[in-house]
Amino acid sequence: MSSQWPLWEVFTQKRSGLPFEHAGSVHAPDKELALQNARDVYSRRNEATCIWVVPSEMIVSSTPDDMGSFFEPSNDKIYRHPNFYKTPGANFE
Amino acid sequence: MSALKNLTAEYALRIGDTSLVLGQRLGEWCGHGPILEEDIALTNISLDLIGQARAFLTYAGELEGRGRTEDDLAFQRDERDFRNNLMVEQPNGDYAHTMLRQFFVSAFHYYFFSELCKSKDTTLAALAEKSLKEVTYHLRHSSEWIIRFGDGTPESNLRMLEAIDTLYRFTGDMFASNDIDNELLKAGIAVDMTVVYANWMKKVESVFAQATLTVPKDCFMITGGIKGIHSEHLGHLLSEMQVLPRSFPGVEW
Amino acid sequence: MQAISEQEREAQFQAKIDRGEIIEAKDWMPERYRKQLIRMMSQHAHSEVVGMLPEGNWITRAPSLRRKAVLLAKVQDEGGHGLYIYCGTETLGISREQMLDDLLSGKAKYSSIFNYPTLTWADIGAIGWLVDGAAIINQTALAKCSYGPYARAMVRICKEENFHHKQGYEILATLMRGTAEQKAMAQDAMNRWWWPSLMMFGPSDANSPNSDELMRWKVKRYSNDELRTRFVDRTVPQAENIGLKVPDADLKYNEQTRSYEFGEINWEEFFNVIKGNGICNKERLMARKKAHAEGAWVREAAEAYAKKKATKNAAA
Repeated sequence: MSSQWPLWEVFTQKRSGLPFEHAGSVHAPDKELALQNARDVYSRRNEATCIWVVPSEMIVSSTPDDMGSFFEPSNDKIYRHPNFYKTPGANFE
Repeated sequence: MSALKNLTAEYALRIGDTSLVLGQRLGEWCGHGPILEEDIALTNISLDLIGQARAFLTYAGELEGRGRTEDDLAFQRDERDFRNNLMVEQPNGDYAHTMLRQFFVSAFHYYFFSELCKSKDTTLAALAEKSLKEVTYHLRHSSEWIIRFGDGTPESNLRMLEAIDTLYRFTGDMFASNDIDNELLKAGIAVDMTVVYANWMKKVESVFAQATLTVPKDCFMITGGIKGIHSEHLGHLLSEMQVLPRSFPGVEW
Repeated sequence: MQAISEQEREAQFQAKIDRGEIIEAKDWMPERYRKQLIRMMSQHAHSEVVGMLPEGNWITRAPSLRRKAVLLAKVQDEGGHGLYIYCGTETLGISREQMLDDLLSGKAKYSSIFNYPTLTWADIGAIGWLVDGAAIINQTALAKCSYGPYARAMVRICKEENFHHKQGYEILATLMRGTAEQKAMAQDAMNRWWWPSLMMFGPSDANSPNSDELMRWKVKRYSNDELRTRFVDRTVPQAENIGLKVPDADLKYNEQTRSYEFGEINWEEFFNVIKGNGICNKERLMARKKAHAEGAWVREAAEAYAKKKATKNAAA
């Protein structure tokens, strides 16, 4: 038996209110140990107040081939950005 | 008052020595664990324990009032003066032994520190509160492993049975008490070990049940730690740990 | 998408690197780039993990509780760093199990420095200060390498490794303030670790077979000799600051280049240790093999339990 334990991706939140960031990954046989391993590996210096672990195989990613059709169409829609608009004299700060 | 102080010093020494010896034992695993993730986890536990040892030994030295530091107490005392329980000095053995010893001690620590948080000695109470957070995780971590070993493969189950056979007889020493406990209990400083034991037993029974393991009945308990009567293992552990400060007395490191 | 030739793809890849863009795991890359990275990264990860052993040798004998805690935390960090890099390497399509097999079978290498023995407490200081000092210089350069997962692991590692370097120096500084015996212990460690630390940067540029290609791909950003000189320039004044002598009769400061010139490295020793003839080569690999073999039942038990539980949950 046994090749190796599955891989899990680890996301940590530094403080509540901040977004979760990808920290790295760990191997673990199940979710309980995945969470513990993530805690022991990625919060040795007080880097986290909350941790997510996700089986790596459950992560769905776009591919470099998708890049053009996924992301370029949003490139020229400058009207989605506030600096597109002229608001003479008014204070929007 | 001074008498009570001396008793409290002795009491802090027991707590500090127990954490120190177990921390030292776990340190032996560093770099040799069954998988990298677990190696790192075990070292976290060892670090917590060394931290506890430093805090409790420092306090013991202060109470004693002879100017002894944490290092004087850790490195300049002999075997007969160590007050740790017999469980923590037992050799690491295989990972089943290490984890079972860890589970027994972490469960003990958890209920012990939970009680000690209520101590009238405010320093002990504060140290207990900090330690409690650490051992809560130790207990969780070791419980998960006991369940996996007990209910894992036939081999891991067998290894657990062997570990129980070797280590269970030292569980009683964790709860040993004498006149010092009685005096300090009256003063609201020490912990009632019968309460700790009852909670501990409930926890062990519950985790063992999940692990498809049975708690031994009518096991003879070997005791002696609080009187400095140890197994032969402690002397070797100390001779290794203390070698530098003993070989070069009085220098700074 | 138009079909383009392998050559065109490689040219596009190179152009991307030349523009300073970062390569991510799912991007197209030449097979040789992937192979070279796997070789470098797994070697680096193995070095971290094998590197736990020489220092681990003194955890149980650290001379104070503070030093014990620091050393434990440091050796643990090395394990963590190995883990970060293993995970980074796995993004290239090789499993950790495969990398471990390659290490244990002797196919993959690790840094030769860890085949030297730690004989005294001062060696722990020397490793932290010299070996980690050299590693930081290497790793700071690698933090800018073209492969994203490797670079990110390096950033994290460099942040963590700073304390390693300083604690090593503190150990030696304390010894150099101490008794004659302690000073001798520190100098002896300096004498034994200085040259192997210089060897950590690898063979001279003229004899470094992979260097050109790796520089072109911006996996390496500086040559071995450049980094080695950077290390010497940084380290010699630190040694002098605490009264340690650098064991090199040819060492001298060149006012014009504002840099140190140093003696010839004993490359024969270097290649001998790589070949397996260091004092501890056998022990280091045996220790890793033993840990892996004795851990097998632990890993299997957890796996079996996870399977049982998954089956139970599916049935419920």
